Amino acid sequence: MSYIGRSLRRIEDRPLLLGKGSFAADCNAPGHLHMRVVRSPVAFGRILGVETAEAAALEGVAAIWTADDVAGLPPIDFRQMGLERLAPYRQWVLARHYVRYVGDPVAVVFAVDPYVAEDAADLVFCDIEELAPQLDATAEPVTFMPDIHLGLLSEPAVIRRGYGDLDAAFAAAHKIVALEVKVGRHTGVPLETRGGLAVHDADTDVLTLYGAAKVPHYNRDAISRMLGLAPGRLELSEGHVGGGFGIRGELYPEDVLLCAAALRLRRPVKWIEDRKEHLLAANHSRDQVYRLHAAVDQRGFILGLKAEVFTDQGAYVRTHGTTVTDLSAAMLPGPYVIPAYSVEGHIRLTNKTPAGTYRAPGRYESTFARERLIDRIATELALAPVEVRRVNLIAAEAMPFDRGIETLGTAVVYDSGKYRDLLERVLDRLSYDRLQAELAARRDRGEHVGLGIACFVEKSGLGPQDLVRIKVDGRGTVAIVTGVASVGQGVETVLAQICAETIGIPIERISVIHGQTDRIEIGFGAFASRVTVMAGSAVKIASEALRDRALETAAKLLQTSPDALRLSGGMVEAVGGGASLPLGDVALHLEGAGGLTGEGRFVAGHMTYPYGVHAAQVKVDPSTCAITIERYLIGYDVGRAINPMLIEGQIVGAAAQGIGGALLEEFVYDENGQPLAASFADYLMPTCHEVPAIEVLLREDAPSPLNPLGVKGAGEAGINAVGAALAAAIDAALQRPGAVTQLPITPARLHRILRGPQS
Amino acid sequence: MASKINIDLAVNGTSHAVSIEPRRTLADVLRDDCGLTGTHIGCEHGVCGACTVLVDDKPVRSCLMFGVQAEGKAIRTVEGLANGDTLHPLQQAFWENHGLQCGFCTPGFLMLSAGVLEQNPDMSDDEIRDVLSSNLCRCTGYQNIVKAVQIAARELRARPRV
Repeated sequence: MSYIGRSLRRIEDRPLLLGKGSFAADCNAPGHLHMRVVRSPVAFGRILGVETAEAAALEGVAAIWTADDVAGLPPIDFRQMGLERLAPYRQWVLARHYVRYVGDPVAVVFAVDPYVAEDAADLVFCDIEELAPQLDATAEPVTFMPDIHLGLLSEPAVIRRGYGDLDAAFAAAHKIVALEVKVGRHTGVPLETRGGLAVHDADTDVLTLYGAAKVPHYNRDAISRMLGLAPGRLELSEGHVGGGFGIRGELYPEDVLLCAAALRLRRPVKWIEDRKEHLLAANHSRDQVYRLHAAVDQRGFILGLKAEVFTDQGAYVRTHGTTVTDLSAAMLPGPYVIPAYSVEGHIRLTNKTPAGTYRAPGRYESTFARERLIDRIATELALAPVEVRRVNLIAAEAMPFDRGIETLGTAVVYDSGKYRDLLERVLDRLSYDRLQAELAARRDRGEHVGLGIACFVEKSGLGPQDLVRIKVDGRGTVAIVTGVASVGQGVETVLAQICAETIGIPIERISVIHGQTDRIEIGFGAFASRVTVMAGSAVKIASEALRDRALETAAKLLQTSPDALRLSGGMVEAVGGGASLPLGDVALHLEGAGGLTGEGRFVAGHMTYPYGVHAAQVKVDPSTCAITIERYLIGYDVGRAINPMLIEGQIVGAAAQGIGGALLEEFVYDENGQPLAASFADYLMPTCHEVPAIEVLLREDAPSPLNPLGVKGAGEAGINAVGAALAAAIDAALQRPGAVTQLPITPARLHRILRGPQS
Repeated sequence: MASKINIDLAVNGTSHAVSIEPRRTLADVLRDDCGLTGTHIGCEHGVCGACTVLVDDKPVRSCLMFGVQAEGKAIRTVEGLANGDTLHPLQQAFWENHGLQCGFCTPGFLMLSAGVLEQNPDMSDDEIRDVLSSNLCRCTGYQNIVKAVQIAARELRARPRV
């Protein structure tokens, strides 16, 4: 039976449906303490003192730590895209000298009960001399920490990339088109808040951190370095993870504090953040301003693009280093030829929550900027927006297309793609010309309706490698062990499908073990839409090795040649019928020789680049400034679909998040740097009323030549171009080209567009 | 620490004798004192609905209710939804229709749906969508949740009514 390409229901669902999951808060240990973080109430200020006596006197409080108690711990280092000059901007696990955002951890309380811990935390008094905060990333940089780092400014780095002859492009231009756009501050907000349980086993001297996510192996090594733990003394264990979206599973101060406390207090320690903390302390994202200048010819072809990007990365540089700005710089040109390009990406710090990556980091933003630019070019040259896209899209014949720049340490080479073909398919599906005529007729009748189109290239399958080991036991059941992680995206089912297809075994007999650092020595985790590409390929390689070993062994047992045998239905059987043998028997036969196993390592020096088109049809009610999405279509080429139902699930779910960022979600701060969206009453996530039926046109037209499955990632396709498509649709609905220059398009912003600024 | 009160809580037909502070939320009591961790806590201010349970057959945000207020009432949580090994039609429909990804919001959606469909088995698709808009999911985009509940509603309607 064929498994790849089938929309199978997931093998991981049953415990989740029965309420038998094991999320971070579900982990307990006998006698565990509860940690509660005391956070800065001000955006920027000098710490004069932290008074803990009253809190310490509370019954049930075991310990209270301030910065002095963790003076030996280094700041949290970069996981990717770190630069030496970024080092002074790293965050300590507890603030030293200064607090730099509302939510900055200042102290931690450990108590026997979470309610008591919270009571005690309320009694800790932070004596802080409040200073004027920096809240605008486009303003002149200011001092990062006066007196502490002399002369160190709030611009840790400027990323410069470019290629081609920009001067010649601008000299030859028919027209220069300029644009400034802004994407608001929003983030992943998984429904499970962060948390963990650290348990030290005195007998084995092994510390285990439960509640791990995303990159357990990296975090194991990073925490070990910070605490001075020898290899083997710290293990990370992932249970169920209630959503990741890039922000969950990065190494945060609280993770390190938990581990340090379990060692020092000699008791298990548990920490579960509340929602307010999550909105104040977990990574924010986006928050970029783009200033673009495009040199175009008469057809709207972009001869050259000059870009300036400002990323508001908040208070500190966290684990992602320069990642978001780096990706923005590399992916801004997207699916278009753009023969000359230069970009200057300013990483700026402010007194807001530190920011990192969120699903399609640097692409949601840069696609918004680029597609707004394309629409502006169309307006200024009086061309159809779709026509300008056709003129600029990279031709299928140009693949592989070397962009001539790097990101995340790899050269940007689009591996395969039929961009123009996909655009036409999407337009066909929409009956584009007829639909535009219908919308025009409705506008003539007084309705405010419009259609927007946006094109994008995604990146996926970031290396460097992944390792998979597969073992069949005597009962014929299969265990796949991998170092990647699950954040709820269906990892177990997808990897099992690839294995089942390759070794011909019913999927019900396969289990997948992931995110356990004590089960496999390396693992690169779940981010950058990398799991199906990297671990999926490794599973295929491992499954083939196991298949060959099984056939070879069975051939000896059945006195035939491996070529005469095949695996099917959990059996080794003769191709022409006749003798057969359960796979479990082959495993039993090999027990003395290491068992029936297969190992697969997949190494990738380049990412693979999926691509897509979003189309949004909206209706605007000018009296209430409400926006209704009447139709949303996403065309996406995933290379090869392992499980179309799960891919559509990824795309639809991501689109909903994109709608949130485009219309609803924003971390707003007042002039003192106080966050105004610190609950779900103010940080508005879409409900099923705000998310329309999302149509998905899933294609497999351009398989990746870079991996044995031909797959590309699917995690970020649905979110990438939502802001861009909705902005274009709203422009069209209002018949005001270029009206939308800022996300989210809240009712207040739409009101300003419609009525002008209030006097 | 505040003084504790001894109460019996009837959860999924089983009596749990617990000694709790009056300020403990029902969600915390279910999870920590009854050991029923299927009820999840997503926001603690009554918006996300991950902690939805049934109290005397009505869906309730268990983070907005104190455990002591539930004394004498019949509480139902996700752990009591299946009939032995047989999944409830809602659970089955969520599974078949990919109505969950990370699964964190799932118990809340299941209990919300179970409660409202018991009260009004004849809800229209629009009414179902309206009710489901009271809970948050961050993974699925809701499409498959709404679909699963609509399918389960039809399945439940087709069953003989007791």
